Amino acid sequence: MSTVMMSPQALQQKRGLLLGVRGWTAVLSALAVLTVLIPLLNRVVPADSVFHLSDYAVGLTGKILCYAICALAMDLIWGYTGILSLGHGLFFALGGYGMGMYLMRQIGRDGNYKSDLPDFMVFLNWKDLPWTWALSDSFIAQMALVVLVPGLLALVFGWFAFRSRIKGVYFSIITQALTYAAMLLFFRNETGFGGNNGFTDFKRILGQPIATPTTRITLFIITGATLVGFYLLARWIVNSKYGRVLQAIRDAETRVMFTGYNPLAYKLSIWTLSAVMCGVAGALYVPQVGIINPSEMSPSAGIEIAIWAAVGGRATLIGPIIGAFFVNGAKSWFTVAFPEFWLYFLGALFIAVTLFLPQGIVGLFKRFSRSAADTANDAANRTHA
Amino acid sequence: MRCLFWIFCLLGALCPPLVFALTPEQAGQIAAGDLDDRIKTLNAVVAEADTALEPFVKALLDEAVKTSAGKAYIVADGKTVEAATGKPAVLPADAEDTVTNNRMRRELESAIAVLRLVSPDRAVRAAAITELKDQVDEGKLGLIDKATTAETDPELKARLQLLRAAVLISSDDPAKRLTAAKALSGSSSPATRSLLLEKLGSEPDATVKAAIQAALDSVQGQLVWGERLGLLFTGLSLGSILLLVALGLAITYGLMGVINMAHGELMMIGAYATYVVQNLFKNYLPGAFDGYILVAIPAAFLASALVGAVLERTVIRWLYGRPLETLLATWGISLVLMQAVRSIFGAQNVGVENPAWMSGGVQVLPNLVLPYNRLAILVFAALVLLAMAALIGKTRLGLFVRAVTQNRRMASCVGVNTSRIDMLAFALGAGIAGLAGCALSQVGNVGPDLGQGYIVDSFMVVVLGGVGQLAGTVYAALGLGLMNKLLEGWAGAVLAKIMVLVFIVVFIQKRPQGIFAVKGRSAEA
Repeated sequence: MSTVMMSPQALQQKRGLLLGVRGWTAVLSALAVLTVLIPLLNRVVPADSVFHLSDYAVGLTGKILCYAICALAMDLIWGYTGILSLGHGLFFALGGYGMGMYLMRQIGRDGNYKSDLPDFMVFLNWKDLPWTWALSDSFIAQMALVVLVPGLLALVFGWFAFRSRIKGVYFSIITQALTYAAMLLFFRNETGFGGNNGFTDFKRILGQPIATPTTRITLFIITGATLVGFYLLARWIVNSKYGRVLQAIRDAETRVMFTGYNPLAYKLSIWTLSAVMCGVAGALYVPQVGIINPSEMSPSAGIEIAIWAAVGGRATLIGPIIGAFFVNGAKSWFTVAFPEFWLYFLGALFIAVTLFLPQGIVGLFKRFSRSAADTANDAANRTHA
Repeated sequence: MRCLFWIFCLLGALCPPLVFALTPEQAGQIAAGDLDDRIKTLNAVVAEADTALEPFVKALLDEAVKTSAGKAYIVADGKTVEAATGKPAVLPADAEDTVTNNRMRRELESAIAVLRLVSPDRAVRAAAITELKDQVDEGKLGLIDKATTAETDPELKARLQLLRAAVLISSDDPAKRLTAAKALSGSSSPATRSLLLEKLGSEPDATVKAAIQAALDSVQGQLVWGERLGLLFTGLSLGSILLLVALGLAITYGLMGVINMAHGELMMIGAYATYVVQNLFKNYLPGAFDGYILVAIPAAFLASALVGAVLERTVIRWLYGRPLETLLATWGISLVLMQAVRSIFGAQNVGVENPAWMSGGVQVLPNLVLPYNRLAILVFAALVLLAMAALIGKTRLGLFVRAVTQNRRMASCVGVNTSRIDMLAFALGAGIAGLAGCALSQVGNVGPDLGQGYIVDSFMVVVLGGVGQLAGTVYAALGLGLMNKLLEGWAGAVLAKIMVLVFIVVFIQKRPQGIFAVKGRSAEA
């Protein structure tokens, strides 16, 4: 692995500042683009100007930013720790449902049935809120749940799984079964989360009407800032000693154990953090998209998150973000232009990336920008690995 | 004595019941007049069990009866006959049409069924009893009594007595209801149970109520076994399907270590191959339609095996030893295959018909029918299992596959063409998936999403059963199938699935390598 080839001095330097000068410039300018430039182009630049960004484009970008957070979370657990989770769609949806419950309660009496209860409960002829909705009136409590529910679920599940050293594909398959079972559970009306329709028709958030341009652009800015924040957190993690142990676990878990480390705590903590990140992404996603339903938990949704990370480039932090933008951008273009070819493209992408681009798009760029000597060196490394 | 009994039975069967002629006045009264009077006369005549009545009742149902001056005539095919005598007659000029409204129609229909109770043909009588189950009232009691006395077949006689009791339990007379309740306790049909449950709520008389309760308990007792066995059978049936699905995975994953997420889509290809073969038979060989399945089985195997071989050559062989990448690539393959099938056959489900010999089922208990198609799949799964065990255990190919699994380099050194073996083994696994698809097409919908529903379950089977173990796969498939269905009856389908998943996660805590762990060094690799 070429990342291990860094000299100790370089490591030390990097750890101190987290990023180099160029790195910080890039991060700050990304932050500026997301939180200042795009909102300005959308809100201030007149609609007939070439520089104007349509509400649709902003909405789409906001959505993809949420996906990018998921891809980043996936990269931490898969790219850096070598554990492929196919259940991240579940954590994303759980976060989304947490936010959705609050938004459903904020509809108040403005629903179709003019009731205090959400419409679907009136429809099912329920008289009281189920216990799961006890905190749904409070924004703060509900946001705590957005973090706690995916976190706790990941903690408990991960503890059982990692303790008995379930790894590799076994773990992937079990996480897929977990999200599949959860999807079935949420599809039921009796579960109390709106059945297969999920939650939709939101009216307001924190007293503000949810569909106005101001609210939307605010949500967009928050999402962009969150992504940058998570990126810095991830950067700090992978460069820390903790992060290097994670990478060691990825490359040779048995050897790590022989050296005296217990991988359980490392794997469990990064797994839980990754789940929480997905939960937060889901909570940001729901008010922007305006709907959450159990299809977000389907096994295919979970595996798509993995392909975003793989397409962009695993074990690089910028890769998954690029991958999320590339795949979802292609998706929204294909589903409009050639709807019947989207699955062919996605399928081909899965195959091509695994066969020809193990380093993803980032790897492709690296290959082109490197000198010939480096390429030879890298090739030697790869054949060795 | 015994000999005499049989002679009487024979006589009873041979001699038609006594024939009472329908009088012209009665025929006229049934055909026209006040509705209540008509029904009353009809019931009176039916109780006489006149076989000549049947054409008349049928004619009334077809509205082919005309009346004139209190006499009824049947007009059919341009000929007129007098209804009571069946003799040709000339239709009087003032003949009027008869009116058969819905209530009259119901009465006539049940009259026909009652008349069939005395038919000389046993099958007709049996069908009549089944038909009458839900539509008799006290008016027809007379004939049921008569039919019971005349009935020679002990099984039909018992059913008639139950039928009689079912009528009587709605009687106004508490004494009759009491006898009926006692008689019904001998029944073991679910319909009796619901009848008793219904009557239990509305019964005013305490003694009768107690008798109904006792009868209900006894019926429950007889039904409960049928239900238990039924549950067991659906569990086994699901298990056999899971086994078929997982057997292919046992080769590709268990022996070769390839996570094939496109396994479900290979099944789908098998199911569509069955569909194509079925259509070919329908269009070109309609006479041999019942045998299409014999062609469909090899066709499904070959179609999926071919796709499998191509996949192995083009994609999977580059990914050996990288299971996570294989998982993603095969997922991509599954998306492409699904979309390809959508492009070719359309996104809608297609219809695959069972051959005639597979429809219907064998009635084991009054409330337990084992469908032939599910029985056939059970047998089929067992045969595939045996064939595969023989192939892996006894043939040269199987020997090579095991050799490559255990030590690829050494196998290569002694001259085994490992890459060819890889391809063949993968094609074999894919072909078995095709067989599973062919079997599934006989019990469920065939559509592009066919494979998606089974992929999670089948991987659970392989994970639970342990890698590289046929026996483990068998136990895990049947066990999961049974467990799923047993829990389903108790907690509902979704909770059952979740409980099974929790069980698997907990089970793997204890035995991380599945039920049958491979011992030794290869276990850690």
